[in-house]
Amino acid sequence: MFSKILVANRGAIARRVIRACSELGIASVAVYSEADSSAPYLEEASEAHALVGNTARETYLNGAALLKVLRASNADALHPGYGFLAENADFARSVIASGAAFIGPDPKWLAAMGDKVQARRLMADAAFPVFPGSEPLEDVDQALAAAATLGYPLMLKPSAGGGGIGMRVVRDDGELKKGFGVAQRMAMAAFANSAMYLEAWHARPRHVEFQLLGDNDGHVVHVHERDCSLQRRHQKVIEESPAPGLDRAEVDAIAESAARTAQSLGYNNVGTLETLRDRSGAYGFLEMNTRIQVEHGVTEAVTGLDLVAEQIRLASGASLPVIPALHGHALEARIYAEDPLSHMPSTGVLQLFRYPALEGVRIETGYCEGQAVTPYYDPLLAKVIGWGVTREQAIGRVLIGLRAFSVQGVKTNIPLLTRVLVHEEFLRGHVHTGFLQELLSQPT
Amino acid sequence: MARHEVESEVQGRVWKIEVSVGDRVEEGDVLMILESMKMEIPVESPVAGSIAELLVTLEEAVEEDQVLAILESS
Repeated sequence: MFSKILVANRGAIARRVIRACSELGIASVAVYSEADSSAPYLEEASEAHALVGNTARETYLNGAALLKVLRASNADALHPGYGFLAENADFARSVIASGAAFIGPDPKWLAAMGDKVQARRLMADAAFPVFPGSEPLEDVDQALAAAATLGYPLMLKPSAGGGGIGMRVVRDDGELKKGFGVAQRMAMAAFANSAMYLEAWHARPRHVEFQLLGDNDGHVVHVHERDCSLQRRHQKVIEESPAPGLDRAEVDAIAESAARTAQSLGYNNVGTLETLRDRSGAYGFLEMNTRIQVEHGVTEAVTGLDLVAEQIRLASGASLPVIPALHGHALEARIYAEDPLSHMPSTGVLQLFRYPALEGVRIETGYCEGQAVTPYYDPLLAKVIGWGVTREQAIGRVLIGLRAFSVQGVKTNIPLLTRVLVHEEFLRGHVHTGFLQELLSQPT
Repeated sequence: MARHEVESEVQGRVWKIEVSVGDRVEEGDVLMILESMKMEIPVESPVAGSIAELLVTLEEAVEEDQVLAILESS
């Protein structure tokens, strides 16, 4: 087992990894930007090292600076968290080259799954269902030719993409011509790669993803599914497990197929295989996230597993844990610092930031009262995870948690979250990825 | 001729500027793109007119309600 882990991240996930280290008896090293110098995770870590600057590029995306801290602190492993450098194969390779362990899969999986077109090909070759799509597209003429073969409507996506950036639905040649350049420029700016691809678009699909765990000896198991259909701008807002209203045999069959596929490829450590389920019940591979997910707590609540601790153990060469059966229902609501209607980001000092301890409610946050929410990083303020014997109870507990959460100083999406959690269609489990947008276009 | 101040809705940073002083713009045209909390926020022209002044430069940090540009509507 490792003796000291550098946590190369900030906020809620840094705090979560530091907690797992403490429970495993491993020393932890935090890093922080100037804007994060009063963040609560710094005191919880065994030691903390300053990074110069504030922007992500200067700090948490600065591989050279992080490697310097890795050497200076004598940490024997690095946990990348999620976002920032978590899926950067070159960074993972330089961590390993420096003699430390990278807590994640083999860097080749970061590269392979980071290329979305290659990932689709890998899955299709391993006989996992993949919806029709194109090869990489470099210009609008190639895109128009591919669209003629595939047929509209289509989703246009950056091949090196993620996080919903540069994605758009195109319904005809005109929209594709109009949108291709813009989407490509955004892809270039965000991922330094201009290749795009087209994929079949589905009306009101569900986002169903499978949590996978793999050891370093070629075994992969699944830890059930999460339904993450409630999204805004292709980013998740509410996640739950099990997926509501789906036939267990159907979901279990896909989950087993996901684990079998990852095992046949030789995947290791944690990963999440994301799929879309269309209204006919067909599943198609969306992407594979080669890291711990923001919403991992949902799976922890319904299995009792500590996924971050398991991730660390697996990276150190341990064998797979026994996977428990699903127990009850869990749901997570993400509190974002943003306008609940326009989704416009909201920055400021947290004048008030309080949440009571409640039965069946777990709060994960990287913030504390008095801290500033800055424009440098993502708008996630807190995750409210509720567990219940039934879905109704889990929803009720998240609602209680959200209503008891006091935030002043920034705007939050709490009003929108509570509106969803009492919505009749949501309570029936009739969720799909367009749900939030449709709700926002309805009168209150 | 009327002057219109275009203000930033958020605290953030200027990621891209799509227009130059003197350019004719239509209502809804994207003047610049701000970046805040990993989101790209387009700043659209509130009116049709021409760009009289650009008050920010690339990479500059901007505050909420800061005036980014001045337009002259015809």
